[in-house]
Amino acid sequence: MSFFEPLTRLEQLPYGSLWQEYRVEDVKRALLKDRPDEKDLQALLSPAAESCLEEMAQRAQRLTRSHFGHVMQLFTPMYLADFCVNHCTYCSFSSIYDFPRKRLTPEEIRQEAIAISSTGLRQLLILTGESRRDSPAAYVKECVEILHEYFSSVSIEVNPLSTEEYRALREAGVDGLTLYQEVYHQETYRKLHVKGPKRVYRNRLDAPERGCQAGFRSVNIGALLGMYDWRQEAFMTAMHARYLQDKYPECEIGLSAPRFRPYLGEFNPESDVTDRALVQIILAYRLFLPRSGITLSTREPASLRDHLIHLGITKMSAGVSTEVGGHTQDGGTPQFEISDERNVQEITDMLQAAGLQPVFKDWDLLKLQA
Amino acid sequence: MNLIINGKPGVVAEECRTVADLLSRPEWSFRLVIVERNGEIVSKEHYGSEILCEGDRLELVHFVGGG
Amino acid sequence: MLDPLVIGGITLSSRLFIGTGKYSRNTLIPEVVSASGSQVITVALRRVDPESQDNIISHIPSHMTLLPNTSGARTAEEAVRIARLARAAGLGNWVKIEVINDQKYLLPDNLETIRATEILAAEGFVVLPYMSPDLSAALRMQAAGAAAIMPLGSPIGSNRGLRTTELLRILISEVDLPVIVDAGIGRPSEAAEAMELGASAVLLNTAIATARDPLLMAAAFREAVAAGRKAYLAGLGPVEETAVASSPLTGFLK
Repeated sequence: MSFFEPLTRLEQLPYGSLWQEYRVEDVKRALLKDRPDEKDLQALLSPAAESCLEEMAQRAQRLTRSHFGHVMQLFTPMYLADFCVNHCTYCSFSSIYDFPRKRLTPEEIRQEAIAISSTGLRQLLILTGESRRDSPAAYVKECVEILHEYFSSVSIEVNPLSTEEYRALREAGVDGLTLYQEVYHQETYRKLHVKGPKRVYRNRLDAPERGCQAGFRSVNIGALLGMYDWRQEAFMTAMHARYLQDKYPECEIGLSAPRFRPYLGEFNPESDVTDRALVQIILAYRLFLPRSGITLSTREPASLRDHLIHLGITKMSAGVSTEVGGHTQDGGTPQFEISDERNVQEITDMLQAAGLQPVFKDWDLLKLQA
Repeated sequence: MNLIINGKPGVVAEECRTVADLLSRPEWSFRLVIVERNGEIVSKEHYGSEILCEGDRLELVHFVGGG
Repeated sequence: MLDPLVIGGITLSSRLFIGTGKYSRNTLIPEVVSASGSQVITVALRRVDPESQDNIISHIPSHMTLLPNTSGARTAEEAVRIARLARAAGLGNWVKIEVINDQKYLLPDNLETIRATEILAAEGFVVLPYMSPDLSAALRMQAAGAAAIMPLGSPIGSNRGLRTTELLRILISEVDLPVIVDAGIGRPSEAAEAMELGASAVLLNTAIATARDPLLMAAAFREAVAAGRKAYLAGLGPVEETAVASSPLTGFLK
């Protein structure tokens, strides 16, 4: 059994009419439930919920504070390599773009690690493009071993791997996996992923589950909002998260709500995700999955991030560069443009002024002696 | 013949040769009795063919009220 | 008419399971069965006492599904032995596993219960383990092949009502098996509360058997269980949280 089976059922729902069927009363009932179900989630994502955003926000804030406290986890991404064999129409690393590709050497990784850790951050997300030749799992593993000298938590956001590869990385000290499906809608998925191994929808869909089976402490999923109807995509993402949470209670399942950002190419998003829609999605995630972490990236502008931190977000990036080696070198190609360019100190100040404690380090992985 | 029934020693007449013979005695006959002989459950269809032997340990159990 | 509950391939229209212990006279049992509308009834297994002349089975209407318990068992092995004996009676393959080591509060031993569940489910029993409401234990029983789980509302025979509500709520939402609240329910209102929470059924004995009028009490529980189930299906209205005066969180969305 994989999420593919429930997904196949969910794909059959009459999305043309379904969202319009919900009334304000359905939303009000859903937002007060201890464990909202599938229909409640639909209500929370429906147009009827648009007039209940303030009530949803109040409840979402109470749930977030009671489960997580007045804190915000901070992390930053580190881009290790931008070689990529895929052509995805929305991404700057796509194989069709001609720019000098880079892969950090162990010494460069050390320099980046020193630069990032000097800001106080201890939680790192490492990223690569997809290339079994230029950035295979063995390379990632080598990097992790170096990075552990500087960071207490290292998570990965790389192409889907096998359970065995995930297990090897976990043993090397990786504690979290981030892997976005990008688009749950299969037809759109095929359209956007033109070339390369990423075309295999099912391999990507099942990868977070393989991560759970490999024993990662946390697994973070998401849809790249804007690629297809945002209500349906957010619905599938939340259902996927609940599926994993129900099946792997020992793993922390988290969600991200990345909105499509401008990049090198000329791709135009299909579904306009307004600020209001983004807020509705984050609130629906929080109410449907009260204990899940929700990550907000620097894709969003500072002014918006300062408001969203009160609505269910538990983790945010700070001091971000989306270029390979971007913390110590110039002239790379960013994967996407970030909007919030504040450094770690500025984010820390903002959080403290908002009454939240920034958390640089959540845990240390102890290596048990054999 | 000497048998141990529900932990207590007892003597049964020689013509009581099988489990079925034993269960036909008035103190057992009206109940749905389940029999364990020397630690093995005797299935109902074998009551007539299960020959009792000197010293057999028998557990006779039945249903009672319970929650 | 309630929505049916299917356990071990048997479709039940009643969600009230009853016991056969503690009645002033066993001839009340068929009347209680009829007043309660119940279709599942528990019995225990004991050595035959030649002095006593009663046969409980003769009081149980033949349409009932018999649920023998393993009371008296202190280990998984003892529970397994009792279950096998019960099945040899030829009255079905259901069993309520009850393994109790603690003679002070009579609380079940979840670890031994999980072990017994594993063995008996593999032998084809329809296993309903009586348990302390603990999520890990419940999930292990589910993985071991239990047909339902039976968490306690409060200690056996205590009539203290539902004292484990928070834990029951978690089991009901996380476990993919029917959750039958067993033990502790003293009043119809408590049975209704369990059903409103989303329990699939309740099992009770003492509350009916020791009432001044067991038949009237059986009827009261029948209605309470049905009412609770209907309320659950109807979808309870939200409990309004006390309004907190706070600054708007979405004011920035203009």
